[in-house]
Amino acid sequence: MALTTKYELKAGMATREAFGRALAALGEENSKVVVCDADLSKSTMTHFFAQKFPERFFSCGIAEANMVGLAAGFAAAGKIPFASSFSAFVVNKGFEQLRTVVAYPNLNVKVVGTHSGISIGEDGPSQMSIEDLSLACSLPGFTVLSPADEHSMAGCIRLAAETTGPFFIRAGRPKAKIIYDSPEGFTVGGSRQLLDGSDLTLIAHGLMVAECIQAAEALDAEGISARVLDLYSITPMDRDAVRRAALDTGAIVVAEEHLVDAGLGVRVAQVAAEEAPCPMEFVGLTGYAESGTPDELLDKYGMRAVNVVAAAKKCLARKR
Amino acid sequence: MNKTSNVAELQAIAKQVRRDIVEMITAAKSGHPGGSLSAVEILVTLYFDKLSHDPENPSWPDRDHFILSKGHAAPVLYSVLAECGYTPKDQLNQLRTLGCIYQGHPDVRFMPMLDASTGSLGQGLSYALGMGAAAKLDGRPSRIYCVLGDGEIQEGQIWEAAMFGAFHKVTNVVPIVDYNRIQLDGFVKDIMEVEPLTAKWESFGYHALDVDGHDIAALQAAFDNAAARTDKPTVIIAHTVKGKGVSFMEDNPKYHGTAPSAAELANALAELA
Repeated sequence: MALTTKYELKAGMATREAFGRALAALGEENSKVVVCDADLSKSTMTHFFAQKFPERFFSCGIAEANMVGLAAGFAAAGKIPFASSFSAFVVNKGFEQLRTVVAYPNLNVKVVGTHSGISIGEDGPSQMSIEDLSLACSLPGFTVLSPADEHSMAGCIRLAAETTGPFFIRAGRPKAKIIYDSPEGFTVGGSRQLLDGSDLTLIAHGLMVAECIQAAEALDAEGISARVLDLYSITPMDRDAVRRAALDTGAIVVAEEHLVDAGLGVRVAQVAAEEAPCPMEFVGLTGYAESGTPDELLDKYGMRAVNVVAAAKKCLARKR
Repeated sequence: MNKTSNVAELQAIAKQVRRDIVEMITAAKSGHPGGSLSAVEILVTLYFDKLSHDPENPSWPDRDHFILSKGHAAPVLYSVLAECGYTPKDQLNQLRTLGCIYQGHPDVRFMPMLDASTGSLGQGLSYALGMGAAAKLDGRPSRIYCVLGDGEIQEGQIWEAAMFGAFHKVTNVVPIVDYNRIQLDGFVKDIMEVEPLTAKWESFGYHALDVDGHDIAALQAAFDNAAARTDKPTVIIAHTVKGKGVSFMEDNPKYHGTAPSAAELANALAELA
């Protein structure tokens, strides 16, 4: 019988919807907030902001490069611009702009990429962003966040607005399982320990956080005690949490809905190598996916608790 | 600084700026003289006449802004800023050396009085439009001038930006095309023709003004004309000569990105005496 934790993991709203609602609330409180969107406001949910503050909402058309450049100009003029589109489009098509007119002058631009990962489902690989964290983390000075549920997204949006500097925040399309009970407690460079354990640590971001909680419950049934960390701040990273995970548990599995060779996992491995090397395993994507329902894709491409459990056992075998 | 509308006085400043440009690029042994020299009258007319700015108060919120989107023409901007009193004149000849504020391309980290770091072509107009839309939201009178290269407008982002400027009626942003007809690899018409240029901008929703980009009186009139239009944004297509003012550089693609030798500098300065 599996461990029953305090996490019911009920389906909540999608993190993209939490973003849109948090942004509209932010617009009420802070007149400096402006929003740019590239013809996807009904999908990114920036339409909530657009309805309330049409004069501060800028429809850019399907032109992401210009949108990022505009946002940089808004920031240079003292505004707090949020530029949003599907992650696959704003990061890839806007990357040179993110590099040269946002990162290099270190401007206060907030980029929110929705429909990340493969869990967007039927639209297929051209719309799926599996490289966005790698690209965003390669930009010096960027804070890169990947919240797991509606509350953490709300907290991260507020954090971005209140913190000067460029941010990339990753959002998903499907309903996200609820993990937190409030938007409080999310910080730049922070993490959240959701379960404690002694045999190994499961580290994740985004929708894989809930899968790791379920994996920990399953492992407990087999007598394996797993710590679970939500490392939502991809960069800067909570190095101390990683160091303690390595020292306290001696084994780490990182699970993410992102290219496995280029996401959080390799960054955790770098920190572990520097702080306290230990056996590690990585659960992630190895290439482009296909059309299907989100559930079918998450099953087929190994983004489930069962995949985390398998990696955990492999890791523990190396530890012993 | 002393601003002036007097054409003869502005021409004298332009001549000094040309001397600064060839001297600093010769000292640096690298840089882009041709496209710096072609834009001299545009920048001099703005900074010494039309631009609302104050070198004593560079962060004045209501000031006008200037973005050199063709950032490789940095020497003309550096000379003009130094002549205005923003930055030291005696360091111009340290252009492109380690630690010098006069970086290879404009860099706000070294020169906080700049409105933008530029150098990657195609980016400046989008940024200018963000600044312009912000000024409109705030009800500030700021106008934003953005100099584009003619080769630069081969970048697709320029046309994304042009659509935005016209659609959102960002009339306080004035793009200026330095139409010197030469880019690195040769003549624009041979690399990637941009004609019919006036018709292109008009079809994108702009009020287009063709002017002689070395005629200061014509530039003054064009900037006034642009400021008076509020129904649609204005683009100024400044017809210029690459390398203007130095006979052996004029209309010669070699001097897009080649520094003059010491002997060439002497000849250039003699012509600019």
